[in-house]
Amino acid sequence: MRIIGIGNRLRGDDAAGPLVAERLAALDLGLEVIELDGDGTRLLETLEGAADVIVIDAMRSGAAPGTIRRFDAASETLPAGAFHYSSHAFGVAEAIETARAIDTLPANLTIYGIEGAGFDFGAPLDAAVERAIDALVAAIRLELSSPSAAAASPAANSSPASTAR
Amino acid sequence: MSRVETRNPDRDRPGRVIKVDALARVEGEGALYVRVKNDVIEDVKFRIFEPPRFFEALLRGRPYGDAPDITARICGICPIAYMLGASRAMEDALGVTVDGALADLRRLIYCGEWIESHVLHAAMLHAPDFLGMPDAFAFAKANPDAVKAALRLKKLGNTILEAVGGRAVHPVNLCVGGFYKVPRKRDLQALLGEIEFGIEASATLAKAFAGFDYPDFDYDYTCVSMKTPGAYAIEDGTLVSNRGLDIAVADFPDHFFEEHVAHSNALHGRMRDGSAYLVGPIARYNNNAADLSPAARDLAREVGLGDVVTNPFRSILVRMVETFYACEEALRIVAGYEEPDAPRVAIEPRAGRGFGVTEAPRGICWHSYELDDEGRILSATIVPPTSQNQPQIETDLAGVIARNLDLDDEALKWRCEQTIRNYDPCISCATHFLDLTVERV
Repeated sequence: MRIIGIGNRLRGDDAAGPLVAERLAALDLGLEVIELDGDGTRLLETLEGAADVIVIDAMRSGAAPGTIRRFDAASETLPAGAFHYSSHAFGVAEAIETARAIDTLPANLTIYGIEGAGFDFGAPLDAAVERAIDALVAAIRLELSSPSAAAASPAANSSPASTAR
Repeated sequence: MSRVETRNPDRDRPGRVIKVDALARVEGEGALYVRVKNDVIEDVKFRIFEPPRFFEALLRGRPYGDAPDITARICGICPIAYMLGASRAMEDALGVTVDGALADLRRLIYCGEWIESHVLHAAMLHAPDFLGMPDAFAFAKANPDAVKAALRLKKLGNTILEAVGGRAVHPVNLCVGGFYKVPRKRDLQALLGEIEFGIEASATLAKAFAGFDYPDFDYDYTCVSMKTPGAYAIEDGTLVSNRGLDIAVADFPDHFFEEHVAHSNALHGRMRDGSAYLVGPIARYNNNAADLSPAARDLAREVGLGDVVTNPFRSILVRMVETFYACEEALRIVAGYEEPDAPRVAIEPRAGRGFGVTEAPRGICWHSYELDDEGRILSATIVPPTSQNQPQIETDLAGVIARNLDLDDEALKWRCEQTIRNYDPCISCATHFLDLTVERV
């Protein structure tokens, strides 16, 4: 299983992806954990040759901060706007849809988005995002131990209220 | 990310505003404001609100050897432009020359940067403009083989950076005087097959892009670039223009200056007479096409580039010809590479002032440093390409808008974005995203 955490650790809630990846790496589950900055072409290269991939990225979709959304790339198209926060405009959604177009999409690709509150340089993590990171690490851990648990997980596609406690 | 606001949607009555919050497919954050009165353009402002980053102040007091790695952080797309511009300026100040295999390795890693940067921009960011496609992946759906080839070609650029520089983004192996460690001959030889693919793929992509429908716009640019005797300028040479300028690197400030403008966080570069000028692929090509290889000149001719390019939209073709040339150069350098005895030239710190310039993918990037007698940096000045191109981008926009006032707001906004993307503007560099407002009053 390849875990890809995307974002810039120095830009507020954009750190959510790398932080989830780092926490999963620390669980010692034998995962291949990779951190990327959001450049879509690097993501395309990183998706190559893997059958099972989980991507975690911050979102700016207009939802409440801390909202977690789960996308199954095999069955749905990513909403381009939600992940389009980066100055690197060939971003995560574009990369995944390009991989689909050129037939290099991993067989199993799950994308988790955590809605951020702010992306300013040097800004701290939003409290709701911090709770969402905890919830998502737990949800992915559950998904890895029992794949059928994923959709039933309370964290998948959750609102911040349900992840608050 | 783009939003169109129309204050007065009825274009027969004067007065409307087109506003785009953020320009997609450029590096960094910027905005464009245009005011049109009775179909006459009164004001065009290309604003950059990516915050200033104060790199020049950050360098003061640090040892000369810190400059390449610190300035590399100005940009993740073209770190080599900063590393080599800084290194060359320091070497100028310290009285050393880097030549032979070390100079060849510098040109090789710079070819890698041109390939990676040009292909990303041309194939993934700029090509969709010509097909009326909002996203790169729409282009991939229509042309999967072209996109596969482009990705493999971009990866070749990254691989060259890794082989010579230790890693693809912000390489760690370059220093003032040369390299920390030179690559092994066998490791470079291993790149030959992929470089040969690159020569073929860049020609195929150039020919595919030649079939695009190019907007009708021409401008008699003042083209400023480097000039290298006997080679197409990349990392070495003096400064020239198509208007007869021919100056030493050190004399840049005598002919060019940067000014603060109220509407942008980036400085604006101008000629001393106040006029705008062009740097980047078209300027390089117009000044140096005769120095391309015969095969690159043939490719240029085949894709419809004459001796002089005046249509900025054709910059995508020049980028692909330059990519082809960079692959050829990479092949030549790798095939002839012998490991040098020393990875760098010895340096004794001393007081001095030095100047360096290289051809970043987006145009000339000029550096100047003053050192104290222990080799500490007293002052630093860096003039990146996008700052220099900003007044010309505004001029192009005014011209393109004037010819396209009959377009509706959405189509005009699209054409403006495309015009800006002609420059592959690296806005994060120039400040040391784009918001488009067209106000018709």
